[in-house]
Amino acid sequence: MAEAPFPTPETSSAGSALLDLERVPTVIVEDIHLIYRIAGRRARSNAPAALFGMLKRGQPPGMREVHAVRGVSFTAYRGEAIGLIGPNGSGKSTLLRGIAGLMAPQSGVIYTSGQPSLLGVGAAMMNDMSGERNVVLGCLAMGMTPEQVKEVYDDIVDFAGIGEFISLPMNTYSSGMGARLRFAIAAAKTHEILLIDEALATGDAEFRRKSEKRIHDLRDQAGTVFLVSHGLGVIRETCNRAIWLEKGKIVADGEANAVVDAYQDRHDPDARVLEATAVPLVLDEASSI
Amino acid sequence: MTDVRAVAAPELSAAELASRFGMARAGARPALLPYARDLWGRRHFVLAFARAYNAVGYSSSFLGQFWQVLTPLLNAGVYFLVFGVILHTRRGVSNYIGFLVIGIFVFHYTQNSILTGSRAITANIGLTRALHFPRATLPVATTVIALQQLLVSLVVLLPIILITGERPSPRWLLVVPAVTLQTIFCLGCSFVLARIGARIPDTAQILPFLLRTWLYLSGIFYSIKNLTQSLHGEWLRRLLEINPGAVYVELVRDALLAKHSTYVFEWPVAVAWATVMFLGGFVFFWQAEEEYGRG
Repeated sequence: MAEAPFPTPETSSAGSALLDLERVPTVIVEDIHLIYRIAGRRARSNAPAALFGMLKRGQPPGMREVHAVRGVSFTAYRGEAIGLIGPNGSGKSTLLRGIAGLMAPQSGVIYTSGQPSLLGVGAAMMNDMSGERNVVLGCLAMGMTPEQVKEVYDDIVDFAGIGEFISLPMNTYSSGMGARLRFAIAAAKTHEILLIDEALATGDAEFRRKSEKRIHDLRDQAGTVFLVSHGLGVIRETCNRAIWLEKGKIVADGEANAVVDAYQDRHDPDARVLEATAVPLVLDEASSI
Repeated sequence: MTDVRAVAAPELSAAELASRFGMARAGARPALLPYARDLWGRRHFVLAFARAYNAVGYSSSFLGQFWQVLTPLLNAGVYFLVFGVILHTRRGVSNYIGFLVIGIFVFHYTQNSILTGSRAITANIGLTRALHFPRATLPVATTVIALQQLLVSLVVLLPIILITGERPSPRWLLVVPAVTLQTIFCLGCSFVLARIGARIPDTAQILPFLLRTWLYLSGIFYSIKNLTQSLHGEWLRRLLEINPGAVYVELVRDALLAKHSTYVFEWPVAVAWATVMFLGGFVFFWQAEEEYGRG
């Protein structure tokens, strides 16, 4: 596995604590607990049953709480690309939303330098509007001026590479096209901290290559990238550090390949053998470009 | 497995490390003034959003944006048929058509901005979750959309009141300050309802009933003055007259209808409602800034 020429957390911090201070932290997460509420989702068979349930319980109807992240702490530094891995429901996406400031922690605190940007598949923008309008509105919402939007507009459309679909409403897009456009919009701005939630999973090989290159660029510009992905190969390729979450808690945090290896040993020892044969294929794809 | 947590300079607490590198708490609500400045910085977004919304809103109908003109016209037609022709509410009002149509258009603006304001966050939850921006831009945007519709309605209104015998006069210019004050009032309402609507999803179900009640209390189809003179005492009239639903309607009628007479304290009351609602609403909305889009 070709390791990116970036120092891993271990090698750069192996020295004294003083050395550590020269690395610039971008995200500090300290013992956070994230709980999200689901409103009005508890479907009842009929209206009287719903009313009766409300009276009996004496609580707001249909409010449920999910304790998704339970006491997570870590510090991320400039130039790191951190992969978050874990089974479904382990709190990866919730943790990203917490870092993005889109969800207030129940306890604990998250510090960030600058405003992190979250990019996710679920986060649709304005579905009934055309791709063109979404590009303009997305850029303006990120705080660009109309002149700046004009400057980056063509780059965004080129990067997304969805052709004439750009003038059609986003609800006519395939999930892959939607993801491409969203990534292109978010990547138009240099982010100090970029959070990517499965957004690359739906793209094709060519788009994946482009976006992985963009992630490397962002790291080079001294940014920090967080990446949630179930594709462990992507984590190995693009990240130099990985955090393994399980039921809202950190199981392991360290050099990407080591953490991914341990994760696979625990969850799917067979897959590791399979992936070992698949690795040369992935490398081929990357080097043939 | 190396635990990186242990490496992070143990002698420094997270808070100390954060302050040393000038880091801020994630999603922290900015202070009121920086928040207002940030909101001002998104004015281009608000305008582009309103424009895009208007273009998209009618895109699935044959007549397209022509509905922006047609909807207020049809509304006025229906109410004139019911209240003017069938019920004969026109007693005591000279130029009842002008009186009625102004009432409907202007009140509809307040109603519309409250209704869409209550859905400002919930209808744009995807955007709220995808991007970080001052959330107050959304209720501002819905109010701007409602204002655009009012302006179209006012253009439709002009030929109507000319046909009904009004003559252009410099007094008509008073419409501008009246609508400006109403817009400030509507922004305040929008802020309040946006927070409530984001917190209580059932607001969307209850609000239409409350708004209809308000419509019937605000002297849109009848003259508050004439009605209360015959039925009740002075106090009820005063109460109905300082109701903001009636105040802004009366101001526009006052400006456009030559024979419309109204009471003296109209303008101060309009300014007071606008100021109180806007400032109160803005602070009320800002207080929950960290909550929007959560869960």
